[in-house]
Amino acid sequence: MAQKTMIQAITDALRIELKNDENVLVFGEDVGKNGGVFRATEGLQDEFGEDRVFDTPLAESGIGGLATGLALQGYRPVPEIQFFGFVYEVMDSINGQMARMRYRSGNTKNAPITIPSPFGGGVHTPELHADSLEGLIAQQPGIKVVIPSTPYDAKGLLLASIRDNDPVVFLEHMKLYRSFRGEVPDEDYTIELGKADVKREGKDVTIISYGAMVHAALKAADELAKDNIEAEVIDLRTVSPIDYETIIKSVEKTNHAIVVQEAQRQAGVAANVVAEIQERAILHLEAPVLRVTAPDTVYPFSEAEEIWLPDHKDIIEKVNEVMNF
Amino acid sequence: MKHVLENIESQFEMFQVLNEKGEIVNKDAMPDLSDEQLKELMTRMVYTRVLDQRSIALNRQGRLGFYAPTAGQEASQLGSHYALDKEDYILPGYRDVPQLIWHGLPLYQAFLFSRGHFHGNQMPEGVNALSPQIIIGAQYVQAAGVALGLKKRGKKNVAITYTGDGGTSQGDFYEGMNFAAAYKANAIFIVQNNGFAISVPRDKQTAAKTLAQKAVAAGIEGIQVDGMDVLAVYAATKHARERAINGEGPTLIETLTYRYGPHTMAGDDPTRYRTSDLDSEWEKKDPLVRFRTFLENKNLWSEEEENKVIEKAKAEIKDAIKQADKYPKQKVTDLISNMFETLPTNLEEQMEEYKEKESK
Repeated sequence: MAQKTMIQAITDALRIELKNDENVLVFGEDVGKNGGVFRATEGLQDEFGEDRVFDTPLAESGIGGLATGLALQGYRPVPEIQFFGFVYEVMDSINGQMARMRYRSGNTKNAPITIPSPFGGGVHTPELHADSLEGLIAQQPGIKVVIPSTPYDAKGLLLASIRDNDPVVFLEHMKLYRSFRGEVPDEDYTIELGKADVKREGKDVTIISYGAMVHAALKAADELAKDNIEAEVIDLRTVSPIDYETIIKSVEKTNHAIVVQEAQRQAGVAANVVAEIQERAILHLEAPVLRVTAPDTVYPFSEAEEIWLPDHKDIIEKVNEVMNF
Repeated sequence: MKHVLENIESQFEMFQVLNEKGEIVNKDAMPDLSDEQLKELMTRMVYTRVLDQRSIALNRQGRLGFYAPTAGQEASQLGSHYALDKEDYILPGYRDVPQLIWHGLPLYQAFLFSRGHFHGNQMPEGVNALSPQIIIGAQYVQAAGVALGLKKRGKKNVAITYTGDGGTSQGDFYEGMNFAAAYKANAIFIVQNNGFAISVPRDKQTAAKTLAQKAVAAGIEGIQVDGMDVLAVYAATKHARERAINGEGPTLIETLTYRYGPHTMAGDDPTRYRTSDLDSEWEKKDPLVRFRTFLENKNLWSEEEENKVIEKAKAEIKDAIKQADKYPKQKVTDLISNMFETLPTNLEEQMEEYKEKESK
């Protein structure tokens, strides 16, 4: 099987679906001739032509509106938002319009739109480029939020997202684009949206995470194993909707859990997971469910981001806290 | 039925004072500048070119962070800035660090901005400006507000804002001009049209023949200027400034220019979307070359004089980098302190947590 980076896996998925479905259109700022600022669409315009893969004027709101309108004409748009920090510019199109299309049309219209966008921190970008804003979308009913942590998952989840008949925000963590390679089959495959994945099995404590933090959790789990703590690491893969079945099954086994997110603490995905665990499995818990998150500041200026971002040491500390409760 | 688009570009003929050979082609429009002022304009352009070259080198050595190259755009940036008053308010885009420096932002702070340190965004007392805007177009709507504020306070000053050709596609671009126009606010809107929104050429961004004509729908004056001609940019901005403070409303100025370098130093490769022929076509129009010729013909400039500016720039850049290196590193507790006037309880708790972490 081929070893690929996450960015290559993403390009793979786009290529497969552009070939497979003539209604798929890929567009956004610099995605055409330039192949995207991260090269996610490298070579796609040459291969499929400017009708299918094209540059847009620089206007996120325009991109969102264009996607919504093309969806109404039976297309399956894949509009890229160049950096997810720019999402505020297109917030009405995403949360106000696409997410409500099915509902407000009384289930007569839908918006099969997939919005891929780089997000997350740790790569020294300027302001408003690196942030974890998944919570803004996860709070909106009517739209799914998918966040892969490996090249394999990225390809399968992106194909499933594009084929989904409802809107999906597909967030690609910038730090994972090229930081490692993983096995990615050349063929077409999908991973069901809304299903978490157990990335490491363990019996003592459940670490629930997503995105780049999955790798911090796995690193923490390796360290914890040296102290005879076997951590189970769950990768949510879809943060809206969340797969509580997998989480509860694990917590019933381990009786301890922590939730890790790169986003700030206030009103995040992790808070939601903690709430659901205590509602569904409180009698299985031997300790409170703790969170590892970033502090409640605006995403830091790049010089301070290494200290600001949670890491495997923070995770180990919280695991020890729940184990010694 | 009348077709208004026919020949619309003839209404927006490029305004030029100095041609590529450094000759005055529009005597009537020659701005009233003393020899010293003309030399000062040249000094600033040479200094800024050196700063750009050094910044690119420092970025490659890992000693600077985010950097958007400026070479090619000096006349647009510094000619427009030179028409301003110290009390005028600048709302820059991410490439407009030179205007901030000439408005009073110390060089070491510009370097800290590049490195991602909040002190780079702390404008010193008396420097009327916002730090460079990252969201394309956001500065345009804010400029309308600053301009209206200046007008309400009865100030004879303007708000000036900058974006690129790409920025003219944003809704905020239209909203900013429309608001400022509706309130006849003291605003100047500059578009540095360097031909590319990162990789997307100007003709793929809009069907409009000029960007200056976008002023018409907002009901304001639009001027297209040779953005490689520092005297034309200066004269156009001076004119717009006088109109603004006399209550005649905002002006949109499109400067035709070019960035020689990449979009930013973070991996952009212009050879993917521009030809070297286009590069050399624009290099022939270079703002420094033509202004140097003009000044030399007037016996106002020499190689010796230019070398002095270059050496001064290099020395000051070296000192500023040292000063930036010495500045205390930013901490998470600093960021927490900068969130609210009074810390809410969640941040109070986190402040304690991070104080402890930072003391280790």
